[in-house]
Amino acid sequence: MEAAVLPEVTSIGVAIKAIIILAVIAAIAGFGTYIERKVLAFMQRRLGPTHVGPYGLLQLVADGIKLFTKEDIIPQHANRLIFMIAPVIMAATAFIALSAVPVFPDFTIPEWIPLLGGVFVPSIAADINVGLLFVLGMMATGLYGPLLAGMAQSNKWGIIGSARTAIQFLSYEVVTGLSVLAPIMLVGSLSLADFNAHQAGGIASWLVWQQPVAFVLFLIAGFAETNRTPFDLLEHESEIISGYVTEYSGLRWGLFFIGEYANMVTISILASVIFIGGYNDWGFLPAWLVMIMKVAFFFFFMLWARASWPHVRPDQLMWVCWKVLMPIAVINVLITGLVMMV
Amino acid sequence: MYEQIAFYLFSVLTVGLFLVTVLSSNILYAMTSLAAGMVLISGLFFLLGADFLGVVQLIVYVGAVMALYAFAMMFFDASKEIKEKNTSSSLVFLLGGLMAVLLVLMFAAPILGENIQASYPPEVGATNPQAVGLVLFTKYLIPFEVAAVMLLVAMIAGIVLAGKKMDESLTTMDDEEVTLQKDKK
Repeated sequence: MEAAVLPEVTSIGVAIKAIIILAVIAAIAGFGTYIERKVLAFMQRRLGPTHVGPYGLLQLVADGIKLFTKEDIIPQHANRLIFMIAPVIMAATAFIALSAVPVFPDFTIPEWIPLLGGVFVPSIAADINVGLLFVLGMMATGLYGPLLAGMAQSNKWGIIGSARTAIQFLSYEVVTGLSVLAPIMLVGSLSLADFNAHQAGGIASWLVWQQPVAFVLFLIAGFAETNRTPFDLLEHESEIISGYVTEYSGLRWGLFFIGEYANMVTISILASVIFIGGYNDWGFLPAWLVMIMKVAFFFFFMLWARASWPHVRPDQLMWVCWKVLMPIAVINVLITGLVMMV
Repeated sequence: MYEQIAFYLFSVLTVGLFLVTVLSSNILYAMTSLAAGMVLISGLFFLLGADFLGVVQLIVYVGAVMALYAFAMMFFDASKEIKEKNTSSSLVFLLGGLMAVLLVLMFAAPILGENIQASYPPEVGATNPQAVGLVLFTKYLIPFEVAAVMLLVAMIAGIVLAGKKMDESLTTMDDEEVTLQKDKK
């Protein structure tokens, strides 16, 4: 690791990093909808969006125009203030969680650019030494977006959606926490930079080989926490209309969407850094390309699962969490501890 | 400089939000402001360099405790105003007086605080979680274990109270079985 020779992180660098994260991830959220529709379409032997632009590429611009120009409807009996800030909470917590994970490599802005030349932009915007816990905590805070949205709109589907938010997020947080506990014990640190350094020795040193159970549990719980398909009961169309987003329209609905995609990116980055080697160089491939490939793979994996599996029922969801996943996670932590002691 | 600005921002916002919690008669406002205040308190921990405690504040209070409150509130109508039954004015008088005394004590605390010394100062070079762990598993081991036993008892009691009919599921029953259940009652 060349951490010792890195230039000093200035507040301008962090600010630039924050702007980059906001801009790029928000754009990815838009582009993600296109990718999702195309991938799902090919897996189901359809074509997906084709009409707007080449291969339907401009579909996301059309969708954006539609979202921007829609009327912002607030229901008559809704609690106006809470109804208006709930989508902001969802998007904000998703982006705050991204501030503590490595997004894109370190780089220095070239000298010839006026004003900002020579500014060092770090890989992690806020490199706190409990980064992993911070991300999990911030994603836990993210449950207030759907929860308040459902409660504020005075719609029974919304209330059911927010009740499901509360039980699903609370239950699966337990599994996420316990499943990352075993890798944390092996590495002995909560900092994502230490996780990366621990796996610097190539594919053989990836934590997924030592902790396959934790990896699978983390992915399952990640699907539940990002509200992805086998577990997307919060807005299950065939049961509860749209759950917590029933009454939302236009840009406020779009904010929920951006928040969900940002959370997907966060979970993908966490899975790549904790379990499959992080942002180390891989043979002749540079670190940033490796990282993007890993994150893209997990993103694709989420779409793949969506195309392959139906929804689960709410009682099955709770059954899986408390009677299957949580005991396995606890046993995994115990075995890891025993092996480390002996 | 930045830290002072951040401290005053966080503390003013926290106090303001908690005031909303106490004074508002709308459940949603009360709950949202309480949760937001908890988030801002974690900001104060981060300012003091106690990253671990800040994150624990986020996970435990915001992620778990407040979410449980929120879950309980599903059973109320969130759009209605709450009418508080405020009967005993002498109690209000007493609590108000105590609050004033507490405030005076808080402002007087820096005078007393100058000769307070930490009996167990954090290890030099230990990171945040390590420092917490060292104190927790040496000096405070017995309170820690007692708390763990208490939580275990509470958990078992909760399961016993709530889990009487856990294996029966209305979703998987036929219509006949459901009507049979109703007739039994």
